Amino acid sequence: MSDEPRIGVFLCHCGSNIAGHLDVGAVAEHAQHLPGVVFVQENMYTCSDSGLSEIKAAIIDQRLDRVVVAACTPRTHEPLFRETCRETGLNPYLFEFVNVRDQCSWVHMREPDLATEKAKDLVSMGVAKARLLQPLEEQEVPVEPSALVVGGGMIGMTAALNLARRGFEVKLVERESSLGGLLLKLDKLYPTQDDGLPLVQQRIDEVENEPRIEVFTDSVLHTVKGFVGNYEVVVRHEEERQSSFIVGTIIVATGARVLEPTGLYGYDGKRVITQLELEERLRKNTVDADRVVMIQCVGARSAERPYCSRICCTTAIKNALEIKHHRPEAEVYILYRDTETQGTRYEAYYTQAREAGIQFIRYNPEDPPEVTKQQRVVVYDELLGAKLGIPHDLVVLSTPLIAHEDSHELAQLLKVPIDEHGFFLEAHVKLRPLDFATDGVYVAGTARWPAHLEETITQAYGAAARAATVLSKDHVTSSGVVAQVNEALCRGCGRCVDVCEFGAPSLTETRPGMSVARVNPVMCKGCGACASVCPTGAMTAMHFTDQQVTAMVRAALAVEADTERAQ
Amino acid sequence: MSTEQPEQPTTAGDGFQPRIVVFACNWCSYAGADLAGVSRLQYPATTRVIRVMCSGRVTVGFLLEAFRLGADGVLVTGCHPGDCHYITGNQNAVATVDRTVQLLQLLGIEAERLRLEWISAAEGARFARIMTEFTDQIQGLGPSPLGDTHRQAGTRPQPAAEETKQSGARAA
Repeated sequence: MSDEPRIGVFLCHCGSNIAGHLDVGAVAEHAQHLPGVVFVQENMYTCSDSGLSEIKAAIIDQRLDRVVVAACTPRTHEPLFRETCRETGLNPYLFEFVNVRDQCSWVHMREPDLATEKAKDLVSMGVAKARLLQPLEEQEVPVEPSALVVGGGMIGMTAALNLARRGFEVKLVERESSLGGLLLKLDKLYPTQDDGLPLVQQRIDEVENEPRIEVFTDSVLHTVKGFVGNYEVVVRHEEERQSSFIVGTIIVATGARVLEPTGLYGYDGKRVITQLELEERLRKNTVDADRVVMIQCVGARSAERPYCSRICCTTAIKNALEIKHHRPEAEVYILYRDTETQGTRYEAYYTQAREAGIQFIRYNPEDPPEVTKQQRVVVYDELLGAKLGIPHDLVVLSTPLIAHEDSHELAQLLKVPIDEHGFFLEAHVKLRPLDFATDGVYVAGTARWPAHLEETITQAYGAAARAATVLSKDHVTSSGVVAQVNEALCRGCGRCVDVCEFGAPSLTETRPGMSVARVNPVMCKGCGACASVCPTGAMTAMHFTDQQVTAMVRAALAVEADTERAQ
Repeated sequence: MSTEQPEQPTTAGDGFQPRIVVFACNWCSYAGADLAGVSRLQYPATTRVIRVMCSGRVTVGFLLEAFRLGADGVLVTGCHPGDCHYITGNQNAVATVDRTVQLLQLLGIEAERLRLEWISAAEGARFARIMTEFTDQIQGLGPSPLGDTHRQAGTRPQPAAEETKQSGARAA
């Protein structure tokens, strides 16, 4: 490689996602004049087959030794472009990503001129870093062909069985004293009105008879260390007993719980109950009410909890149909805001409920129903335009699924994100819906979001398949983005050892009284904390070196573009 | 996703356009910035994001260099306390920013020009709101005194001298 790099810059239009909101041609013109740039190309979609072919052709024809792509986000597309570089023999770490879509064209849609200027700066910053990029080596690490599944409900059990039947060992951890989860408490399942219990019992039997699955009940995750292929897990059982093992992947299937509507609509667990409590009475056949009023969206789609829990409309219809089945003369009213019964099956299910004589009454959340002491539900019927007083024997509140109180603790343990409601957040809603950003950790079921059983079972199979893509390999490659020591500059102070949470650097005595730090690249996660605290500059955070970051700072603030900048 | 919407961008007028450098950690804040984009939340085009793996990678040196080169504001963004992908990296960021603030005061630069914020991967709206608020705040403070010094003295760094290079092909 010659001293002066040969940088190719590829500018993606992303259809109109980028080119519709800023002047890509002007950015290309700007890029032509940046130091080290020898080739600039615009692509309609750089990530398309033709875009990738053009990158490969340019690497060869133009003898490029650095590639900069200005497009979407490295969080979804960096692996693809790195692989493209690798295929032509270019070290994948000689690639730099510039985000001009998610962090520019999409967020400055009303300011195309300023967005164009910002995109120029961002490309300057990417090129400035690219000039200083160094080839990095990845480490091959063996994969432990086993998985941990957290949560022994229907989804965790399904994922565990799927992996076990592919030949992988599975550790299934459930905090309750038995497997089965929320499904154990349900009566029937929609839209078929089948009993829920036999389904879940059959799955429990399958798990208990599967020799590759080891079940830990009354157990919780205590610590998790390591990385994809090699997670060291400690599980804590009753009375502080512990088990520890190594797994290659982890699936989170901890589910959700039902909101208890304390203080809402006179909820007392007796005459005013939740759908979940109704399920229990239906199962025991102890519903003796002739007039039942169900109220939808209780504690959901509110300022405090703005999301729709998705399952409540169909749950109400299911239970209303069950009541009508047992007591055809019973009156059942469903007070709703919007009835969400999408798809061919559920729309037919709604029609079935109307045909069975179940009354649907639309209310306005501004003027919600009221459960009076005179055993009436007073509601303003939006469609009738009149206030109704409905006598009742039983009021059933449809409350949403909510995240477990301690989902935050599990998220911290696994270093994965949760959203503002406590549900686990996938790496990308469409591109990686069952992955976390952390390699080797996946999510399925209502831990992610309220969903129908058919959807969550699909997710269980999906998450198991995602885990199997890792487990079926002998090795995974660990990132080349790690810390490196210049032993000539190191004076062995040990500050890097103190700051590292992963035990990657350690002091080695090179001669009596003289120690230097050395980094185990497989244990290093590349955060760069050690380089930030190193007093002598011996420690370098590769791919985010002092020189590279400083070059980006300089490029971000260069006066070059000032004269062109809209003032 | 929150229904919170940021205010209208404030840079469309003829006013002072601050130059703001934003350090964003790969796992939380950079992802939050992406979410703001996917959600099409609009904020002023005053910020230039530098991605680092962890907010703990940011050094006093990076921050002072940004101010020396005339940055009107610098934001360090990372995972919320307890959520750091590297466990305690964001605690290191707190110490770095605290130390830098003390140095800025010695240099006669307003401490308000440097800010540390926690933005999670789920907080696209928060990312957009903080970019808008911080831009407003820097506009209130006016240009950095160091930026002016550099401008008057003509000593702001110039881009590397034009170099002879092969003309690149460019597809339409």
